[in-house]
Amino acid sequence: MSNGISLPGPHNITRVELENGIVVLVYENDAAQSVVIGGSLAAGSLYETPAQSGLAALTASALMRGTHSRDFNAIHTALEDIGADLDVGAGVHQTSFSGKALAEDLPTLIELLADVLRHPAFPQAPVERLRGEILTGLQYRQQDTRYRANRAFQEALYPDSHPYHYSSRGTLDTLPLLTTADLAQFHTRHYGPRGMVITIVGAVQAADAVSIVRQHLSDWRNPDQPPVPALPALRPPQETRRVSVPIPGKTQSDIVMGTIGPARKAEDYRAAALVNSVLGQFGMMGRIGDEVREKQGLAYYAYSGIEGGHGPGPWSVNAGVNPANVDKAVNSILHEIERIITEPVSAEDLSDNQSYFTGHLPLQLESNEGLAASIMHMETYQLGLDNLLLFRNRIMALTQEDLLAAARNYLNPQALIIAVAGPEA
Amino acid sequence: MAGVTRHQLSNGLTVLLKEQHNAPLISWWVMYRIGSRNERTGQTGISHWVEHMMFKGTEQFPGSVLDKLISREGGSWNAMTSMDYTVYYETMPADQIDLGLRLEADRMVNARFTEAEVESERTVIISERQGAENSPLFWLSEEVRAAAFRVHGYHHEIIGDMADLETMTRDDLYNHYRRHYMPNNAIAVAVGDFQTEAMLKRIEELYGSIPAGDAPKLFARPEPEQAGERRVIVERPHSTAFLEIAYHVPASSHDDWFKLAILNSVLTGPSGMGGGSIDNKTSRLYKALVETELTADVDGGLMASIDPYLYDLVATIRPGRTHEEVEAALDEQINLVRNENISQQELDKAKKQARALFAYSTERVSSQAYWLAFAENFDRYTWFENYVSRLEAVTVEDVREVAQRYLRPQNRTVGWFVPLAGDGDEDMDDMEDEE
Repeated sequence: MSNGISLPGPHNITRVELENGIVVLVYENDAAQSVVIGGSLAAGSLYETPAQSGLAALTASALMRGTHSRDFNAIHTALEDIGADLDVGAGVHQTSFSGKALAEDLPTLIELLADVLRHPAFPQAPVERLRGEILTGLQYRQQDTRYRANRAFQEALYPDSHPYHYSSRGTLDTLPLLTTADLAQFHTRHYGPRGMVITIVGAVQAADAVSIVRQHLSDWRNPDQPPVPALPALRPPQETRRVSVPIPGKTQSDIVMGTIGPARKAEDYRAAALVNSVLGQFGMMGRIGDEVREKQGLAYYAYSGIEGGHGPGPWSVNAGVNPANVDKAVNSILHEIERIITEPVSAEDLSDNQSYFTGHLPLQLESNEGLAASIMHMETYQLGLDNLLLFRNRIMALTQEDLLAAARNYLNPQALIIAVAGPEA
Repeated sequence: MAGVTRHQLSNGLTVLLKEQHNAPLISWWVMYRIGSRNERTGQTGISHWVEHMMFKGTEQFPGSVLDKLISREGGSWNAMTSMDYTVYYETMPADQIDLGLRLEADRMVNARFTEAEVESERTVIISERQGAENSPLFWLSEEVRAAAFRVHGYHHEIIGDMADLETMTRDDLYNHYRRHYMPNNAIAVAVGDFQTEAMLKRIEELYGSIPAGDAPKLFARPEPEQAGERRVIVERPHSTAFLEIAYHVPASSHDDWFKLAILNSVLTGPSGMGGGSIDNKTSRLYKALVETELTADVDGGLMASIDPYLYDLVATIRPGRTHEEVEAALDEQINLVRNENISQQELDKAKKQARALFAYSTERVSSQAYWLAFAENFDRYTWFENYVSRLEAVTVEDVREVAQRYLRPQNRTVGWFVPLAGDGDEDMDDMEDEE
């Protein structure tokens, strides 16, 4: 117990590994009338070639367009009639799913999930329609300054030999070329029980929930699932490079600047997360928010974030500013990055941020979604189900020197990618 | 949602309390009965700007300190300005909520509004508006609202017009604050892990001595009935076309509003009460517009509001399709619900969806507190408690009746966003590389 909250841990999370490898995690929460599911499979854009960029994502989105026993309308009628929701989507490392229903409808939700994961039909016409919707959305994004700045940043930061270079959504060029046969083939090869995790949180009995999952998924086999490919080695930028994306008709510029950050399993991940909080999170967006927004009034938003997961995701600063203030904002951010790698954070900064990280847990864990996300996080990155129980001590053990070392390990104000999307200068 | 108690302090502050003991959290909300609907030309956006200034702090709690105090305890705090209200909240570990209580009592009267801070925030707010302007739907909805409301304050965006953001003064902002921030113009709500009696006592200690002010005279001009369709066109550089159709509908305290909520569910899928929305792929307009490949999506918006506002339908038009085609397909569906009853099965589905969405959106203490304040602001908090049962009472005949009454061409504004071709489709190839 900490702060009077019963944290999820090995004592109250039911964890069962089915005979085919699927890991089922259940956390009972009677406070709500609903149930939430979340989970993932080992099938992301990591497993596609650049020429087929978007294949994993289109496959995942197409699952709900029809199965061998249910057409598009039958799937969605079954869900919407009971006010339930189910989404499947692919990122770089994984295909993830999430769903929600009134607790009494969990059996329906799991049955539908199992059907779309195991027996998709990829029907031609509904998949074409889906493709058109995605392309319309992607065309829209070409005009979106935040999206374009992020893409330009990511493409400049990771070489084209690395999966993080590409958007898992695919591109306007690659998506039209993917056939339903490609989708079916990707599904046959990559979807399977090995590496699959499903978490269930809500007003359900753990034993019932496990037995529902077992009923629909325990006989699933796919001996052909390939091993997880290793990520190519990476070199962070050696000098600063600016990239600009002009988009006519815009009144604001979006800035994304940064470098390669830690993977979730990196030794100094927690120290990096904490020093990132000092830099661009704590309170109203840390030192960067204080400088760029509060003191100089340059931006409505300015913050920093680390995105490390299975691999080294970016450590970046994001800000939206008037086009005339881009250089001023960039210089202020550079100044704060310089400061964070030069001076240790103060004892007060350290203790404020430690207190924030540990004190925020009850809020983070209030809802079924929050609980499911935390449990998935522990399982996905193999942190141990006691991670939340140990969290407080691990955070409190970090020192000013740990934070300085973590900042120095990744950040260098002379070697960053700086991407700006906005009106033509 | 049982268990709410309502109190009124002698200075007029309305207090709603609801105990909930499943998590060691308390959410504390203070809502002022002032929003963009009450803003005059020349001061549009003033409520929102005042909300920003409230984070600059007071003598007792300077801005930078405030932020630290709350974050340190693992709390979350923020504020929102809407057409009908301005609201502030802190959600904190239960044993720390006193900070939130003290802070809101203090800034109800002691906010500073220094000249320098007003100027620095002016550019932040202009930047917020410019960020929104980067989206074509912002431009379209701004024009549709302005056309739909000629007289009523709902005609301008909450963020305000650029001309006013450039010219409003520190005194304008401060006077707005003094006129509207007072206990007798506020609703305070706590939901969470506390004992009602002790909580009420603490609220009285902190807020009871704040003097009541003169009840503010609200700038509120009723919109005359619209007689004839209005049309607006926005042309700007972009790649995507949009259609928005907005019908005048009654205030949310009106019975018809609930009938329209069911109608919206049938047409475009259920709207969540601000949490856990669900898909709409079996709704009528999805079938008529998206499945026919006219649009990439379609959405309906029915907001709860103090005064009669709008029910709007927004669609993203697929490349190669025209506004005319989409409008015609949409009109066909509108005529159907005006001329024939929806099926009992559609009605039952809409009700079950409403029950589920209501459950999803009331699981967190923060959302419960918000909805209680929200409902008290335009009706009574019981509006929220009775939400599901009022939807349950709607019949198929009711739905046709409101469709006939409100979804008339004479009662609507049609907006087209027409994308201007330019170097619109440039991809990475056109990217300049300035090493």
